[in-house]
Amino acid sequence: MTGPRAGSRGRAGSPTAGRRGQQRNIRAASADLAAGPGGGTPIQGAVPGAEPAGDRGPAKTARAVHPSRHRARGRTAQAAGGQHPADRQATEPVHPGTSAIHAARQMLARAHWAAGAFAGYDRSSVLRITEAVARAAYAQASRYAEWAVKETGFGVAEHKALKNEACSLGLFQRYRDEDYVSPRTDPAAKILSVPRPAGVILALTPSTNPVCTVFFKVILALLTRNAIVVSPHPMAQECCTDAARLLAAAATDAGAPDGAIQVVEEPTVELVQALMADPVTDVIVATGGTAMVRAAYRSGNPALGVGPGNVPVLVDTTADLAAAAARIAESKAFDNSLLCTNESVLIALEPVADRLTRELARQRAVVLEADATARLRAYLFPDGMLNGEAIGQDATWIAKQAGIRVPPRTKVLITPFGLVLPEEPLAREKLCPVLGMVRARDAEAGIAAARAMVRIGGIGHSAAIHSSDPAVIMRFAERVPVLRMAVNAGNSTGSAGLDTNLAPSMTLGTGFAGGSSIGENLEPQHLVNWVRVAYNAANDVPFGDFTGLSPWGVRAGPVPPYPVASNLPAPDGGTRPAVQPTAPTRLGGAAPPAADRMREQLRALIIEELRQLGKV
Amino acid sequence: MRDYDVFTVESKADVLEKSREYWNPGKTGFWVDTGVDLVIDRREGYYIWDMSGARLIDVHLNGGTFNLGHRNAELVEAITTGMRTFDIGNHHFPSSARAALAAELVRWAPPNLTKVVYGSGGGEAIDIALKTARHATRRRRIVSIAKAYHGHTGLAVATGDDRFSKIFLADRPDEFTHVPFNDLAAMEQALAPGDAAAVIMETIPATYGFPLPAPGYLEAVKELCESHGTVYIADEVQTGLMRTGEMWGISKHGIEPDILVTGKGLSGGIYPIAAVLVSEQCAGWLTEDGFAHISSFGGAELGCVAALKTLEICGRPQTRSMVHYIADLVGRGLRDIQARYPDWFTGIRQNGVVMGLEFDHPEGAKYVMRHLYETGVWAIFSTLDPRVLQYKPGVLMTPELCEELLERTEAGISGAWAEVRHSPAGSRAPLAGRAR
Repeated sequence: MTGPRAGSRGRAGSPTAGRRGQQRNIRAASADLAAGPGGGTPIQGAVPGAEPAGDRGPAKTARAVHPSRHRARGRTAQAAGGQHPADRQATEPVHPGTSAIHAARQMLARAHWAAGAFAGYDRSSVLRITEAVARAAYAQASRYAEWAVKETGFGVAEHKALKNEACSLGLFQRYRDEDYVSPRTDPAAKILSVPRPAGVILALTPSTNPVCTVFFKVILALLTRNAIVVSPHPMAQECCTDAARLLAAAATDAGAPDGAIQVVEEPTVELVQALMADPVTDVIVATGGTAMVRAAYRSGNPALGVGPGNVPVLVDTTADLAAAAARIAESKAFDNSLLCTNESVLIALEPVADRLTRELARQRAVVLEADATARLRAYLFPDGMLNGEAIGQDATWIAKQAGIRVPPRTKVLITPFGLVLPEEPLAREKLCPVLGMVRARDAEAGIAAARAMVRIGGIGHSAAIHSSDPAVIMRFAERVPVLRMAVNAGNSTGSAGLDTNLAPSMTLGTGFAGGSSIGENLEPQHLVNWVRVAYNAANDVPFGDFTGLSPWGVRAGPVPPYPVASNLPAPDGGTRPAVQPTAPTRLGGAAPPAADRMREQLRALIIEELRQLGKV
Repeated sequence: MRDYDVFTVESKADVLEKSREYWNPGKTGFWVDTGVDLVIDRREGYYIWDMSGARLIDVHLNGGTFNLGHRNAELVEAITTGMRTFDIGNHHFPSSARAALAAELVRWAPPNLTKVVYGSGGGEAIDIALKTARHATRRRRIVSIAKAYHGHTGLAVATGDDRFSKIFLADRPDEFTHVPFNDLAAMEQALAPGDAAAVIMETIPATYGFPLPAPGYLEAVKELCESHGTVYIADEVQTGLMRTGEMWGISKHGIEPDILVTGKGLSGGIYPIAAVLVSEQCAGWLTEDGFAHISSFGGAELGCVAALKTLEICGRPQTRSMVHYIADLVGRGLRDIQARYPDWFTGIRQNGVVMGLEFDHPEGAKYVMRHLYETGVWAIFSTLDPRVLQYKPGVLMTPELCEELLERTEAGISGAWAEVRHSPAGSRAPLAGRAR
């Protein structure tokens, strides 16, 4: 098993140091943008002119990239810059990156072949393949967790490993007894139903839950006999590409059709949009920022997308306060609040607020004084926009950046404020272990505050409540316009189905009002359509006997088989072809001309995502 | 009336008339009499349209020239862009496009092949290969397969079947020896005198109907060549560029030829180019006397652009995967059809998407060709064995198109069978039109 691609990360350095290096890169990227013309609203941390873009070539992005890769690209850029302008013009392709787009679209064509073959597999084959892939993924859970943290610069490796495990073997075990393959009969209704997989799934995966979302979507696709093309977020491209390739190999080894799992190598905005709009794509499953999800819906192809969260958690007077505090603190600290289900604002009922505060402190969730809160607000939301540096970072680090003193090993920073109002930035999604807090006089007022949270953002997403009063919980459910609620559980994992009985999922539909075509946690059944064969309802028309009739079968050997000449004996099932495909290594190391454009797009993408988070 | 800007056309009949008068009355008459009066107008992907408007699925591909389809969008883009900078170029000089393509061809070639010589077409490339072998061995004799087809230029036509050489007094039995395909004893006998410069071999003889090399045959020929100091030239013009499921058909046999010839599909169907890949041991003349072979159009820079794009597409893992799927689906479909017409459709020769279909009549493939033409499929009979229909799906077909192709194919085969079965006594007589 190969490690991260040569030249990416190396071994040395603590995760924290890696992230600090990461922050320098983010700030350097900011400096670029601030210095450049028309850079838009700068991200906090930019010191205009401090690090002129020209000196270091086009290599700075918010994505951690090994320095040697920077230098290589810089050389190429300079070499290119040395050409005569007229020469540059003459040889510059009309559409740089067009070749990459054509190649990616051809991935869809290959996936279409794979889907056609996969649609005929029987259930035992499907389960065998899915289990093999789940186990292969599970075995690498920790490795990918560490890689994801290093590459993206945020999160907590230990928690990402848990997510990877849950989204691989955990997911398989959860669904192994469901049947998305066999035809079903309803003799009473006289209807025969035969499942049809969607076909080609284009899966967009995020930077926050990168590898676990790849695992999640691949396993869902395999369980339902769909082919999948993964398009990873550029910030997590390396670990996700490696993960997808690992799963692809495991799948083919277990008998899946060739091309059932593919991954886009260099996902530029233009390329991803071309894939989304391509007629060969059957459905887009979009997990990521609002801009990406909207683009998916606009593409003209069917799409299943997510919406942003802004999670209120209500603790009422009937709650077990110690348990609630533990669960809330753990949920906020889980992967440093990178799951979209992480709690945003705590609404504590007045009679129990002080005690809750003390319990939270025991859990290393510290309620800040007013001036500390003010400083933290200023650090997190300079000029009203979320500071990208803080995303997924430790509470202690954030405190230090904001100039606040907190006890060592603090896991969560709690910032009290008065009312849940749109102009209060701390009432918004923060994607870091900072929890807003308001007090409410009673349950009704608390529920009103929760509604106010969802007015700001997160409609259709999720909420949490700690209570043992069913009337309050029912009222909460009726009044707060979200589509999943965790009760007496942390919302991060609870609403994602990891420690409740909701469908375990990395893709949470936010319903129609939330701009999503699905209103529940994405699960395998969403990727299957069924043909319903309905008999005449009249009593004198009998239903057919379909016992023992199954349309699916098992083909021995690889699919497709290796094209042996017809006058030679067929190869043994499962053996590799005698000739390995000629795949010459690239000579030289010239960076593709599209690389520079891609980096520009990457910067624009990150800016846009952060703007969306800060949107009121 | 059609206006193509640089010329206009009155009608299809007008084209046929002008073709008889100014171009080739024999060919024009043959196709009309055979019932395949095709004049291609629009073409896109794997569809061609006759001037009458009839649409056909192309599984002739001109021997693989249209491997990637007609007017493949990527090729058109590449050439259009290329035309902003390049033209044919000056063949005397080193050029960026020629160097880039040569490096890329060597990268994709069997590892012993290190140099590239360009031609403008397959025949010229074959001549280059033969001349190279003669220079390297200082011998003249060329051994080739009876009923082989390597093109129509001076040396190439002498390696092929007499049908294309005798009429022009271009046959040269003194220096060109033909041996039957799959006959090792005959090959050994031909090489025994030790005066053969080269054995030239289509990996699967195309115009002869794609008879498949017997297991071990090509490998044994290669060994014989090695022991007699004879150069092995692999003509991969039809079997190259992924059509057998790997970049070169010869690689599937584990053979590293001394010289490899590629053409047709290398053009992307857009700009003619052919290439000869030679081993370092054979490449001497390129250093001793680099101007010994000259070709104004060989390695034209625009052709190099087309070829580079073609190699890129053929080399994608997606393409390899698709060829394997297509070969499987179409192969199975043809075997299903064969099972329904066992007395008529007597054989399938297949290696990847290189296929020959055998019919039980001396000119069976001509009947099938005509019926397929009427059913919307364009496939050509094998000139040197008219029992066999050449059947060559492209490497970028979709599953839907393959299914449609198979349905139309069955209809054509069925129609031909009905005609042959029910024709009057002499049903084994040649089809109308000048049989060759």
